[in-house]
Amino acid sequence: MLNGRPLQVGDVIDGFRLDEQLDSGGMADFWRVSHAGVRLPLIMKIPLLRQGEDPLTIVGFEQEQMILARLTGPHVPRFVAAGDFERPYIVMEHLAGQSLATLVAPLPADEIARIGAKVADALRDIHQQHVIHLDLKPSNIIQRDNENVVLIDFGLSRHLQLPDLIGEEFDSPVGTGAFVAPEQVRRSRDDPRSDIFALGVILYLLATGEYPFGQPERESEWRRRLWRDPLPPCWWNPDVAPWLQEIILRCLEIKPNARYETAAQLRFALQHPDDVLLTERAERRSRDGAATVFMRWLANRNAPRIRARDAVGLLDRSPIIMAAIDLSPEAEGLREALVVALRRVLATEPTARFACVNVLKTSRIALDPMQDAQGRNPHLQRLVELKHWSRVLPVAEDRITYHVFESPDPAAAIIEYARNNNVDHIIMGARGSSPLRRYLGSISSEVVARAPCTVTVVRQPVAALDSSDEQAATSLSGTEQSDMG
Amino acid sequence: MRIALISDIHANREAFEACLDHARRNAVDEYVFLGDYVGYGADPGWVVDSVMAHVERGAIAILGNHDAAAVSQVADMNEDAATAIEWTKTKLTRTQSDFLSRLPLTAQRGGYLYVHANPVAPADWGYVADLYSASRSLVATQAHATFCGHTHVPGLFHMSITGKFAGFDPIDRVEIPLTPRRRWLAVIGSVGQPRDHNPAACYALLDDSHDVLTYIRVPYDIDTAAKKIRDAGLPIGLSYRLYQGY
Repeated sequence: MLNGRPLQVGDVIDGFRLDEQLDSGGMADFWRVSHAGVRLPLIMKIPLLRQGEDPLTIVGFEQEQMILARLTGPHVPRFVAAGDFERPYIVMEHLAGQSLATLVAPLPADEIARIGAKVADALRDIHQQHVIHLDLKPSNIIQRDNENVVLIDFGLSRHLQLPDLIGEEFDSPVGTGAFVAPEQVRRSRDDPRSDIFALGVILYLLATGEYPFGQPERESEWRRRLWRDPLPPCWWNPDVAPWLQEIILRCLEIKPNARYETAAQLRFALQHPDDVLLTERAERRSRDGAATVFMRWLANRNAPRIRARDAVGLLDRSPIIMAAIDLSPEAEGLREALVVALRRVLATEPTARFACVNVLKTSRIALDPMQDAQGRNPHLQRLVELKHWSRVLPVAEDRITYHVFESPDPAAAIIEYARNNNVDHIIMGARGSSPLRRYLGSISSEVVARAPCTVTVVRQPVAALDSSDEQAATSLSGTEQSDMG
Repeated sequence: MRIALISDIHANREAFEACLDHARRNAVDEYVFLGDYVGYGADPGWVVDSVMAHVERGAIAILGNHDAAAVSQVADMNEDAATAIEWTKTKLTRTQSDFLSRLPLTAQRGGYLYVHANPVAPADWGYVADLYSASRSLVATQAHATFCGHTHVPGLFHMSITGKFAGFDPIDRVEIPLTPRRRWLAVIGSVGQPRDHNPAACYALLDDSHDVLTYIRVPYDIDTAAKKIRDAGLPIGLSYRLYQGY
């Protein structure tokens, strides 16, 4: 309303001109607006407060206003302005893309993995900004471009460093019945893995066209997911690949601890289907038997409300660590120092995801032969050597993967991998510092200079080096840490 | 405009200077002092002079219960506090005492209310220490946001449009939007004698154009402040507690 009459095209609110009314959501009106000083396409969201002042509308709008103003980056709509008490509104970037709700299931597995990895990347981004979405569903995910998706509608979300207006206002759980995680049913609002569960529901939907838990409206029906596991995706669609079923069912685990620890780790799995360790989940052809479900029902039917706790540390405790390993004979002396450094990190990071990487340097000009003189495929040979190299590391099988790349520029390949896989920490060795190496520049120094994350450069202790190498005596020994974050 | 909210300095010059330094580096335009400039600490004169100088340049200063006690005959407080107040009386000049005795109990600026203790009855020096006492003051005032001190423990309370109350432990240097359709009560921690087990001085920055509040912890030279308390012959416990932040 403006001066007692309904809003119409041409009205101006705080400098924003209303250009066109868009489809109304359930809880708000949307207008395309423009502003003299802003070139971005804009949308104004005005909550529908006249309908008897529904608390969910009001408080959800407050919560969104609070959280959206604190979020940045390509995975959220850019926040532009908010109204005051008299005239509440939010102006934000208008996204022209389609939402995931327009996709028609079932999609091919590689397409699902591609989309899922983009959504997981967006979740990783907001989780790192201390925000849990808590209402993730296809209609809240908009495709921005080929690279990124945007998450919208933060009305039910939680910012872990700000007051939780939604959690304080309502005694019953809030969310969308088809997508809420079991712990959300128990009033938990501080676990980023609730979003991983919702993404699991979306992947299930894209793979089968079915909702794993239906679309229950009543809260009492939401509780069923505390004991009843979903039918495996292959029950609906026999074409679902085992690795995809493994990923989906791991996301949908009842206990958050059994899911992927972080969105970055889920994204990693979706980007490397061949490396997904297949467990009983991949084989599952039916649901758990009545006895198992009955026992879970007994244990969970009266499961109490979950008290707030600090889940922020989880993101820091479950990093993706990349070991860039040099398999050449000259690096043999470094091996022990590198293993010691990796063991130290693994001891303190039990839930880390570990990627062992080796770069097969190719010539820039000539086409390299696919086989060496003995007729072996060098790529496969490297992979075998890499696994052999890593066998002494104390990492569980489902937490380690091996990758061999071919590139004329090893440093660039390492950096690109780190960026594409949200690597938190690169650990690599540096060979001695001969005059020639200093002249040409070393791979490790280039990685240190350009990596998007923390880099640890491991050196061979001085005493272990060949005493004839005069540079060694003056070079640094031990471990150098350099934080490029 | 950026407003520094400073409360419960308690004659701790080192902590106060550290907060003023931080505020200056962060381009603060205005200062609001929420009372208790004296008591407990060893530098009442310097602190009161500094607050007076800020007030001459337009700052707001509110009366605290220790300030009132330092310029009157009766004081209802514990033994250490009463000893410190008697000592303080001997240190304040006439000008400083006059300044303290003229301070108001509350000040209102737009939608903001500034007060030292619980705004339900400012002169009764009640605490806002829990959700119950906070809810009473959220109902009693009409202000969009009320800022007080007195407890030495930072806390942020709020009431939704439906009348639901909640409390929140603010996190150091995280900007909190004070959303419009809600009533807020911000207890600013203490500069000179924090009691939330974090010994760093506490104050807050308020951006009134966007209604954004940020609590800030500032480390300071506790050794010097504690030594001055011992050298002045004030109760020894008043120096120890600075290290523990209680």
